[in-house]
Amino acid sequence: MTYTMWIILTASLVSVACSIVGVLLVLRKMAMISDAISHTVLLGLVSAFLITQSLDGLAMFIGAAIAGILTAVFIQLLNSAGVQADAAIGIVFTFLFAIGVILVSMFARDVHLDVEHSIMGELAFIPWTTVDWLGIEGVPQAVWMISIVLVINIILLFVFYKEFKLSSFDPHLAAALGIPVVFLHYLLMGMTSITAVASFDAVGAILVVAMIIAPPATAYLLTEQLGKMFIYSAIIAVLSAISGYYFAAMLDTNIAGMMATMTGLFFLAAFLFSPTHGVVIKKIRNRFTTYSNDEA
Amino acid sequence: MNPVSTNNITVAYHRKPVIQNVSFEAPEGKLIGIVGPNGAGKSTLIKSILGLVPKASGNISIYGKPYKKQRQIVGYVPQRGSVDWDFPTNALDVVLMGKYGQIGLIRRPNKKDKQEALECLAQVGMEAFANRQISQLSGGQQQRVFLARALAQNAFVYFMDEPFVGVDAATEKAIIQLLTDLKSKGKTVLVVHHDLQTVKDYFDWVMLLNIRKIAFGPTEEVFTQEHLQKTYGGRLAFLDQESNGVNPLA
Repeated sequence: MTYTMWIILTASLVSVACSIVGVLLVLRKMAMISDAISHTVLLGLVSAFLITQSLDGLAMFIGAAIAGILTAVFIQLLNSAGVQADAAIGIVFTFLFAIGVILVSMFARDVHLDVEHSIMGELAFIPWTTVDWLGIEGVPQAVWMISIVLVINIILLFVFYKEFKLSSFDPHLAAALGIPVVFLHYLLMGMTSITAVASFDAVGAILVVAMIIAPPATAYLLTEQLGKMFIYSAIIAVLSAISGYYFAAMLDTNIAGMMATMTGLFFLAAFLFSPTHGVVIKKIRNRFTTYSNDEA
Repeated sequence: MNPVSTNNITVAYHRKPVIQNVSFEAPEGKLIGIVGPNGAGKSTLIKSILGLVPKASGNISIYGKPYKKQRQIVGYVPQRGSVDWDFPTNALDVVLMGKYGQIGLIRRPNKKDKQEALECLAQVGMEAFANRQISQLSGGQQQRVFLARALAQNAFVYFMDEPFVGVDAATEKAIIQLLTDLKSKGKTVLVVHHDLQTVKDYFDWVMLLNIRKIAFGPTEEVFTQEHLQKTYGGRLAFLDQESNGVNPLA
């Protein structure tokens, strides 16, 4: 595999993993929780590092998952105590992220954990840190991590598809039928956390949030079937990653930034031209209907 | 054994009681209306029976057993406004959701489930809309899809939260027809209702609720001016029969 191919592969895996949790979060009107979690996992990472004194993958995952779930729990607590949902997200997210930033700058300055990196990521360095595993050699560590998370996300989505669907659409009926809605909520928070942590090292928090929210929001404008929404959203996410890479190479700029920009442009295109929801298409259609009404 | 029996249920929100010490025994095979002013705790009562809101105290049983053991025989129609009708799915799919409790993990609805769901849609006159996006249905059609979903649950006891709100005449008729069918099959239906004009026409039994249970029994016995006055206080102008041509008790 060439250098370019590794970068594109990593970004594509990230984008698909993110878009899976993203569809569920967007439908549950919880998209901004991903913004919170993608930042607060930094606290989980640095805590895991301080406890184990290593950058071992598993400890990092567990630390991140705990930080992500705690984020969701704190938001829920504040919210049920009467704090507005968006304010609760803002408070928890900045507070935990800030603690993470302080811990990194106090104790972890010399290791491979830094704040700027966690926000912007550095895709360009991905192919250089490789790990041999299962007899396969020369595969970048980031590719291993994100592949594992992607497989976990796909399996959980497959196992709990009906349950996720009903508890997203009608949590009251879901609870009445005995579907564990609270467990599913925190499972999704856990999935979001491990996705964020696996992605974040490679691509940074901004691209994680962009990939979690924009492709699902775009797919939402293009289809009215849940299954297709997952597929369209994955396709849009991968297209954003690939086109973002080439535009970044052309303009010699930050790769993750360009990929995030592409998710925004794809959304804009769907917003204007989607056959069912597009603003422009609706205008044109209304015009025609008005004329035909006049004739009638 | 009664289909629904509650003993002193109290539900509180921020220490203020939403419903207090409500006990009742619902008889089998009856259509039962639950009426009361806004904030009387009507929805809360059925949600507490279904375990959707925590109880401060009290017991509930469905045919003599706790609700958790009886989920399979209880159907639920939440308020139409409680869900997002822009969710990417179609009418048939929503009806199939009524079967998710029985289908089990990993398994998907099969042909037989789909066939049954179609029959449920047909019972509410919506079979032609099976593949229609739910966002494109009218309010009344959405309500009928919700009812079809409850039918798909194939229950013995049904709880419906304000099914008549904001529906067209055709849907109202469809709901009444459906309630009559359910009753003729010996099923018990509890309906949160707010239109006093129609209580006598629709329900065999009625509960008057205002945080506490004011009255519960056969409609002709308990749906009286005295009880209504007690339930609604001074807020019910049309109870004063001289001043207004409309009389819910007539």
